[in-house]
Amino acid sequence: MPGLNDLYQEILLEHNSKPRNFRKVDDANRSADGYNPLCGDQIQLYLKVEDDTIVDVGFQGIGCAISRASASMLTQSVKGQNVERAQEIFDAFHSMLTEPEGEVDYDTLDDLECLSGVSEFPTRIKCAVLAWHTLLAALNGQSEGITTE
Amino acid sequence: MTSSAHSFDAARIREDFPVLQQMVNGKPLVYLDNAATTQKPQAVIDALVRYYSADNSNVHRGVHTLSQRATENYDSGRSKARQFLNAASDEEIIFVKGTTDGINLVAHSYARQHLGEGDEIIISTMEHHSNIIPWQVLCQEKGACLRVIPISDVGELLMDEYESLLSSRTKLVAITHVSNVLGTVNPIKQIVEMAHSQGVPVLVDGAQATPHMPVDVQKLGCDFYVFSGHKIYGPTGIGVLYGKAELLEAMPPYQLGSDMIKSVTFERTVYNDLPYKFEAGTPNIAGVIGMGAAIDYLTEIGMDRIDNYEHGLLEYGTECLSGVDGVRIVGNAPGKASVLSFVMDCAHPHDIGTILDTEGVAIRTGHHCAQPLMNRYGVPATARASLSFYNTRDEVDLLVKAIDRVIEVFS
Repeated sequence: MPGLNDLYQEILLEHNSKPRNFRKVDDANRSADGYNPLCGDQIQLYLKVEDDTIVDVGFQGIGCAISRASASMLTQSVKGQNVERAQEIFDAFHSMLTEPEGEVDYDTLDDLECLSGVSEFPTRIKCAVLAWHTLLAALNGQSEGITTE
Repeated sequence: MTSSAHSFDAARIREDFPVLQQMVNGKPLVYLDNAATTQKPQAVIDALVRYYSADNSNVHRGVHTLSQRATENYDSGRSKARQFLNAASDEEIIFVKGTTDGINLVAHSYARQHLGEGDEIIISTMEHHSNIIPWQVLCQEKGACLRVIPISDVGELLMDEYESLLSSRTKLVAITHVSNVLGTVNPIKQIVEMAHSQGVPVLVDGAQATPHMPVDVQKLGCDFYVFSGHKIYGPTGIGVLYGKAELLEAMPPYQLGSDMIKSVTFERTVYNDLPYKFEAGTPNIAGVIGMGAAIDYLTEIGMDRIDNYEHGLLEYGTECLSGVDGVRIVGNAPGKASVLSFVMDCAHPHDIGTILDTEGVAIRTGHHCAQPLMNRYGVPATARASLSFYNTRDEVDLLVKAIDRVIEVFS
């Protein structure tokens, strides 16, 4: 049984209580809504993309500590990155949670590694990936109806 | 099976439930998710094993011995359900898959026949999705209107508002007996009397009432009453729709096929009598037998004694949770069944649920299939501890200890 400390690491709790970029981006040119119908978590993600680069990102919504911290850390990790790099970060993050035994690109993940403990709690993986699927939807111009159920 | 007639020995009763005798995450299991589903006593498990290992056969068909045995056991399951609800006759007991199925049956075979443009169906703010959506979709189909009885902050129906909603346009009232989130016990007898005075029939969702208290459909006076076997310590996939015979007689079948017919030619079919008219296809025989064993088990303990014991436990739990800083109970009606929904300042319900699980405490978190009710209280979700007669004060203490752990993690 993995310990609670692996799940609720200090850095995660800090992002939960003080989420970064927790705001609407007024001049966003991409956005998407994410929703977990079974647990009620919801997120609105806003992106401003210029010349293939994510120049600004913000989020709003209601969710548990894991979904909120994950969204907060997402905004930090993709801000200033180009779309291709954002996809690479998504892939690395997704592998870390769903195939932790496989090859995980921890260099790319950097601080996001603190969410690795979620992989030991299968019912909570969907909380951690909600913001990330919403990011992909926003980048792909799919603005509504994203769920991780 | 039970303790002496006067004391309620929950410790002894717990021995009847094999699933409770286990450790979860290194801690003794504290199962407080009874409003989602209840655990099964050995008597129910034995009845299922006995049926499949000794009597398995189809019912109402064969002349052979096993078929007769299966049929007798199946039919006696119907009589047990009739006694459990104190219905007037066995033919008023229709076996369905569960509460949702029963409500859909009434929506299809009763409400659809009587609802026209501009008509209304009345429900309440505290309904489970299964007592909202069938009516909502039917109203959309017919150009009718769904009216909703509001509730007070503590979680009681506003009866004055209900009275003003009732009118000549009302064709049905569909209301829950006990709220799955708030625990509120609604005044069904009064609700029915008020509806009947306007000639309006009433369907009662009894999924959360039947596990906790004696139910007498004749005293309540309701026209339909629905409940699920798995919430009264029986198997999943079986439930009961009670309907007054004269209403059921006039209703067309829900599904068509075998068993629900008297005679068939390629030109014409004559439907069977009640209750079989509503039970097309080979029924859930094991489910009925298992539910019958659950009813026997509950009856032997006594629903009055269960009600009494659980009220004591609810009072204790309410007192304990109210004493924890940063915990707020959602649903404080004076008349409640043993359901404790709560939210915490420091943590989202899902985080509460995960941390409690690591302490061996199983609760439900989320919107509990009652999103309009969550909106009423302005919360996205709640944590819900629902207590059974096999739970103890020690387990309530463990719940509180686990909640302290949540505060520790998030402080």
